[in-house]
Amino acid sequence: MRTPVFILCEVAVGAALYLLFRHYGNDYVFFAGYTVLQYIVLATAWNILGGYCGYVNFGSAGFFAIGAYSSVFLHTVGQNVDDIATGFLAGPMHVIFPMPVPVLIVFGGVFAGLVGLGTGYLTLRLRGVFFAIATLALAVVLQTLVVNWSFVGGSRGAYVIPPNTVPVFGPYIQYLFVLMLILVIVSLTTARLIERSRLGYGFATIRDDELAAEASGVPTLKLKLIATVLSGALMGMAGAPFPYYLGYVEPSSAFDLSYAVNSIAMPMIGGTTSWVGPMIGAILLGTLQQLATVTISSVGNLLIVGLLLIGFVIVAPNGIVGLWQNWTRKRSKP
Amino acid sequence: MEFSFALLTNAIVAGLLLGGFYAAVTAGISISFGMLDIVNIAHPAFIIVGSYIAYIVNIELGVDPILVSVVMLPAFYALGAIVYQVYYLSFEKRGQESLRGLAFFFGLLFVTEVLLLIAFGVDYRSVNAVYIGPSLRLGSIEFPLRLLVPCLAALAMFAALQLFLSRSFIGRAVMAVSQDPLALRLMAVDPTRIKRIAFGISIATASMAGAFLIIIQPVIPSVGRDYIGRIFAICVLGGLGSLPGTLIAALLLGVIESLTSTFYGPSWAPAVSFGILLLTLAVRPSGLLGR
Repeated sequence: MRTPVFILCEVAVGAALYLLFRHYGNDYVFFAGYTVLQYIVLATAWNILGGYCGYVNFGSAGFFAIGAYSSVFLHTVGQNVDDIATGFLAGPMHVIFPMPVPVLIVFGGVFAGLVGLGTGYLTLRLRGVFFAIATLALAVVLQTLVVNWSFVGGSRGAYVIPPNTVPVFGPYIQYLFVLMLILVIVSLTTARLIERSRLGYGFATIRDDELAAEASGVPTLKLKLIATVLSGALMGMAGAPFPYYLGYVEPSSAFDLSYAVNSIAMPMIGGTTSWVGPMIGAILLGTLQQLATVTISSVGNLLIVGLLLIGFVIVAPNGIVGLWQNWTRKRSKP
Repeated sequence: MEFSFALLTNAIVAGLLLGGFYAAVTAGISISFGMLDIVNIAHPAFIIVGSYIAYIVNIELGVDPILVSVVMLPAFYALGAIVYQVYYLSFEKRGQESLRGLAFFFGLLFVTEVLLLIAFGVDYRSVNAVYIGPSLRLGSIEFPLRLLVPCLAALAMFAALQLFLSRSFIGRAVMAVSQDPLALRLMAVDPTRIKRIAFGISIATASMAGAFLIIIQPVIPSVGRDYIGRIFAICVLGGLGSLPGTLIAALLLGVIESLTSTFYGPSWAPAVSFGILLLTLAVRPSGLLGR
């Protein structure tokens, strides 16, 4: 399928989903759906580095929170424009602020991408495992910074009050849902484009044998940095609307470990080799968790995710997509 | 905060005592990550399990937490041997340790934390012992026994480990296994068996480190996460797999953290280990005493 056709298909599916929800559902469906869509973006973003290059990022929660807190920061600046900018600056500042959410998403992506670039540059030159460890610690440090930064609310958290309704969309949550739907389309298209380009083949050589790739002239560091920046930026973009979704952010909710766990578990369970895997994993696990949170408990559903992750990496290393491929291959052979 | 000499010396002493404890926490990682090349990021979870076992026995029977942890050593060793066997069969043998093995340990870390959360809730738990509370005084310098006792016990454990690794045949085989498994085979030693023993030992240290932890501070299930950055920073700074290096790095980190929390406030302390980790990786990836 050519890329423009693929994008058209995605838009059609997305629009159908939105109209279906709007026609049959209530606001709760949009709230739950938003979370699942957010997980599709996070899982796809993780997979660009983890699945294609073979580099594990444990800091998804950190990148997500960078997006969330860049929104909080810009929102707070917008609220206090008169105190911050005086004189000739006041005019332009009033034009810029308050920023609409799509602009905040772009900023979230830029900030998270820059942090990814910095961390990657320092650690990706060494053995892959150092990068994994650094991302693990990165989330802790970013949380420390935010807790100590009173401008964005510190440990008390910050309120970001969204308007109740938006023109055209109606309830605000529907507006956020559509924005997240667009992000899903962007991330799936990016992942699919990478898979079919020189970039994707370069990533695959790194995953399969980095030393051999380096020896045959693949610029491995550059490719790894590209993957880190893309992946981090998408995670930051997924996090940027988060304050508007909840209306209130505090460090422990923005840096919640469940983001890190889910964004690893979903691609691993779905399958890491193509863009389909993370999407399947995110839809399955995301929906399952939405149901389990209502019926069992929020702690119980985290246990399910953890056990599924362990079970799948041991028993089905290539995830659901791998199981499916094995099954069809067996059937085609008499 | 006002600067004074007494404050400075007290902070350094507290940091050194804390550093001794950090050495015990990192010893297991120095073996599994440094010597065996197994990136066991679930190590802090085993430490927290050790804390909770010490807590239960201490509260129910009034037994000293360190004694409990010594009695539990064989059980933790067996647990480690089982985990290694699963890891070996599922990942190492298939050559998938880099991506799926890491995800496996991450899942283990997460599941353990959630199980403890379900069993014990989010209340801070602490133990009772005679040495929690009083302090020794030497002039203006204070030695809280709560820090001093775990530190001395940790150093004793550390010395025993170092003796075992450098003097016994199995210990030397452990040091050799990541460097040259083939040479081990030629000497009629099974590398997998040696790795299983070594991993068992590394998890066994978590039993004692857990008891030290709950003596030093009250414990909740999520506290293990704070130690991930710390132990890997110490392990990398020490030069992977060098126990003397680990000790020096642990003392260094303890002092820097203690100074940071004394002069800038305790909420900044978690950032220190990450700063050290990044600095080490950028400037000298082989660590202080790395080969």
